[in-house]
Amino acid sequence: MGLLDKQFEHSNIIITSVDSLLNWARLSSLWPMSFGLACCAIEMMATAASHYDLDRFGMFMRPSPRQSDLMLVAGTVTLKMATRVKRLYDQMPEPRYVISMGSCSNCGGPYWEHGYHVLKGVDRVIPVDVYIPGCPPRPEALLEGIMKLQEKIRNESLAQRPQPKLVGELV
Amino acid sequence: MLTDFGRVLAFFLVGMLFVGVVLLLARLIRPHHPYEAKNRPYECGEEPIGEPWVKFNIRFYVVALIFLIFDVEVVFLFPWATVFAQLGWFAFLEMMVFIGILLVGLAYVWVKGDLEWDKPQPRLPHLERPQPVAHTAVGAREEVTV
Repeated sequence: MGLLDKQFEHSNIIITSVDSLLNWARLSSLWPMSFGLACCAIEMMATAASHYDLDRFGMFMRPSPRQSDLMLVAGTVTLKMATRVKRLYDQMPEPRYVISMGSCSNCGGPYWEHGYHVLKGVDRVIPVDVYIPGCPPRPEALLEGIMKLQEKIRNESLAQRPQPKLVGELV
Repeated sequence: MLTDFGRVLAFFLVGMLFVGVVLLLARLIRPHHPYEAKNRPYECGEEPIGEPWVKFNIRFYVVALIFLIFDVEVVFLFPWATVFAQLGWFAFLEMMVFIGILLVGLAYVWVKGDLEWDKPQPRLPHLERPQPVAHTAVGAREEVTV
């Protein structure tokens, strides 16, 4: 049990200072896990490439969940893939964040009615922080989603942060 | 006053202390939520089958060794090939000698059968002396020769 797992009841100057340092560090170096599921991944790759340049956010793709703290669910989550997505999410270390990119992973998208093989929203297996609408979203939309997530991380606190639900405990 | 090796020892001790303190601090501070699904080995999201520590076939060893030798040979050939027009006949003959030595090695491994993946008749080690006599339950004696 580390010191950062503790929930402090009252905020004071030490906690808020540590908070701002921690949050600044976390939001300035979000390392996404590099995996793409469908056509949204093409937009994700375009965002990471030189024109939109994810590197200026301190982000670069990691090939392993052990080293990453952001999961970009980019594309259609089929039922077959859903177990893999959940397993990959489980294998990431805390703190971990999820951005659901595109209509398919938000709610099933065009497969909502007749997609017998598609998970109707990735939030049925893992908790999602930011949803980005679009089919697929343009790189600018992905950048805005990332900035929304940064805003969210900036407001986290050791004092009043709600207890994060662990997926492993739900099973 | 510290001797020269005393300074090395001090450097070593400070280094150990530095690493130890940092690791201990990180252990005290970092979030720590281990659970079963997280601790499972990472296999690109697939369910792992069996142990990740598996034995590789020993035959890869010989192949890898032979590959390494000829790989290094090619590395030496490239700089030679770029300048060999200026170096003249002497460098050409020298390189031929070098390649020739490695070709002898290739012939050797070929004759020894190391280039064949399937070895139909493995050559077992041959012992000159007879093995000690084995006694069976009924007392009959059997000569065991390998």
